[in-house]
Amino acid sequence: MKIDKKISFQLNVDDFLPATDEEKLSLVQTRPSVSFWKDALQRLCKNKIAMVSLVVILLVMIFAFIVPIFYPYKYTQQIQGSEYLKPMTYSAQEHTRIAAGEKIFPHILGTDNLGRDYTVRLMLGSRISLLVGLIASALVLMIGSIYGAVSGFFGGWIDLIMMRFADIVYTIPDILLIVLISFAIKEPINQLSTKPGFEWIHLIGANLISIFLVFALLYWVSMARIVRSQVLTLRQSEYVTAARALGASSGRIIRKHILTNCIGTLIVTTTLQIPASIFTESFLSFLGMGVAIPMPSLGSLASDAINGLNTYPYLLIAPSIMISLIILSFNLFGDGLRDAFDPKMKR
Amino acid sequence: MKVGCCMIKYSIKRVVAAIITIFLVATITFFMMNMVPGGPFNAEKSISEQAQNSLKEKFGLDKPLGEQYVNYMVNVAHGDFGLSLKQRGRDVSDIIFSKFPVSARLGGISILMALLVGIPLGCVAAVKRGTWVDNAIIVLATCGIAVPSFVICTVGMYIFGVNLRWLPTFGLGSPIHYVLPVFALAFYPIAYITRLMRSSMLDVIGQDYIRTAKAKGVSQTVSLFKHALRNAILPVVAYVGPLLAYTLTGSFIVEKIFVIPGLGGQFVSSITTRDYTVIMGTTIFLATLVIIMNTLVDIVYKIIDPRIKLD
Repeated sequence: MKIDKKISFQLNVDDFLPATDEEKLSLVQTRPSVSFWKDALQRLCKNKIAMVSLVVILLVMIFAFIVPIFYPYKYTQQIQGSEYLKPMTYSAQEHTRIAAGEKIFPHILGTDNLGRDYTVRLMLGSRISLLVGLIASALVLMIGSIYGAVSGFFGGWIDLIMMRFADIVYTIPDILLIVLISFAIKEPINQLSTKPGFEWIHLIGANLISIFLVFALLYWVSMARIVRSQVLTLRQSEYVTAARALGASSGRIIRKHILTNCIGTLIVTTTLQIPASIFTESFLSFLGMGVAIPMPSLGSLASDAINGLNTYPYLLIAPSIMISLIILSFNLFGDGLRDAFDPKMKR
Repeated sequence: MKVGCCMIKYSIKRVVAAIITIFLVATITFFMMNMVPGGPFNAEKSISEQAQNSLKEKFGLDKPLGEQYVNYMVNVAHGDFGLSLKQRGRDVSDIIFSKFPVSARLGGISILMALLVGIPLGCVAAVKRGTWVDNAIIVLATCGIAVPSFVICTVGMYIFGVNLRWLPTFGLGSPIHYVLPVFALAFYPIAYITRLMRSSMLDVIGQDYIRTAKAKGVSQTVSLFKHALRNAILPVVAYVGPLLAYTLTGSFIVEKIFVIPGLGGQFVSSITTRDYTVIMGTTIFLATLVIIMNTLVDIVYKIIDPRIKLD
C-alpha cells in the first residue's frame, strides 16, 4: 500500500477499490497451520535419544509380550536334569535326545535352580514389571487428574481442604507405608479371592493387587497437584477469556484450550511415572513382597540369584541389565516427550 | 518484622501439619496391622488355645480394638512400642535404639558422600557446559538414576567382593567394610544431586548478577564460589529431606544384602518373621524421623532463600 505524503482531508478513492486477486493472495496462509500433535510429533521425531529409547521400549515390549507365545519353553516348566545349566548348553538327557536326531531349542541364558529356562523367565519378569508400571501409572493418572481437576475447578474451601489432605499424604514416607500396606493386606486379599466372584484375584496374585492399591493410595499426589495448578492457571489465561468473549461454549473451551494445554503435561508426567513405579515394584519384589511364586518379576529374579552369585553370576546380571534398561529408556523417552510437548521448559 | 512474623506463622503451620501426619501414620500403621486376620499368634499352630488366650491377655490383645488403639497411641507417645513378639523379653524401643545407631552411621556417611561428590560433579558439568566432560557426567548421571540400588549392591558385591576379592562383602567390622554399602546407598543420590546441581548452576550462571560480577572484573573462581554456588545450592538443600527418606528405605536392601546389623535389616527380617510389634514400632519411628527432617529442611530452606514467597 502506498502512503500519500500530502496532508489532505480528501479521501483517497483508490483505498476503497475492491482488492485485486494479487492482494488477496497475500492474506492467504502460505503454510498450512501445524496442529498441536503434529508439532509435538515433529519435535519428538527430531530427538534422537527419545527415538532410540522408544525403539528400545518397543523391542522390550515385543520381547516381553509376544516372544513368549512362540517360545518353546514355559516359565513354569521344570526340565528334569537340567538344573543350573550354563548359557547355551544342554543337559545330558538333552544331549542324548539331540544325538537321537531331535531338535532342541537352546537355553540362551541357561536354566535356574529348578531347571526352568531362564530366558522365558526373564521375558515374563519384564512383562510383569512393564504391566505394573503401565497399570500403576494409569491408576495414578486417573485418580490424580480427577482429584486435581475437582480441586482446581471448585476452588475455595473445597480446594483448601483437598490440598491440605494431599499435602499430608505427600509427607507420608511412601516406601515405608507401601511395605507396611502390602504386608498387611496380603492376607485379607487372599481370603477375598476364595469368595465367589473374586476368583480373578488368583490370576493376578494378591501381592500385585496390593502393589496397585498402594500406588493408587499414595502416588496420586504429585499428579493431582500438577493438574490442579494447570486448571487454575488455564482457567484464567487470556486466550480462554478471549475464546469466551468470542462466544465459545464451555465444552469447546475445555476441549480446545484447557485439555490440549493440559494433555502434554499429563502425558509427560504419566510417562515419567512408569519408571518410578517399576523402580518401586522391583524394590518390593526384591524384598519378597512382590509378585507371587512361580510368577517371576525382575526384582524377584535378581533376589533369587543372590545365593548363587559365586557360580551363576549371569542369573543376576540378566535381570539387572533388563530392569536398568527399561527404567533408563522410559526416563529418556519421558524427557524427550517433555521437550516435545513443552518447548518453553526446554533448557 | 513482618517477615519474621510470617516465618513464625509458617513454621507453626508446618509443625502442626507434621504432627497430624505423624499421628495419621501411627493410626494407619495400627489399623493396618490389625487388618491381618487372626492376629499375631494364630500363625504358631503349636500353641494351645489357653496359652494363646493368656498370650493375648499379656499383650492386651483381648480388649476391644478401640481401647487397644488408645492404649497403643498413649504408649507410643511415651516412646514405648511394646514388647517384641518373636525376640522374647525384648522391648521394641530397645531393639530400635540398639540397631538405629548402626544405620544412622551408615546413612550419615552415605548422605555426606552423596553431597560431597554430587555437588562438585554438577558444578563441573555446568561450568564446562557442552564439552566432553559435561557430556560424560550427564551420561553417567542419567544412567545412575536408572539403576535400582539392589543392582548396584549385588553387582558391586560380585565384582569387588567375589571376583576381585578387594572388599569384604558382609558386616561392618572395619572402615573398609563401609566401602561397598556406602557406595551402593550413595549411588542414586549422587546421580540425582549431580543433575539437580548442574541445572540449577546453569540457571544461576545465566542470571544478570553473575554477568555484573564478571563485568566488574571479578575472577571466574570468585564469581562462581561467592555468587553462583551459594544460590545454586538451594535446590540441593531442599533435596536433603527426600534424600534422608531414600537413605532410610534404601538401607532395607543394603543392610539385607551386606548382612549389616542395622534397623533396615531388622525391619526386613521382622517382616519375614511377622514380628508385628517390631514392624509397627519401626514404621512409626522411621516415619516420624523422615517427617521431622522434612519439616526442618523445609523451614530452613525458606529461611535461607528469601526469594520464596511465604503464604
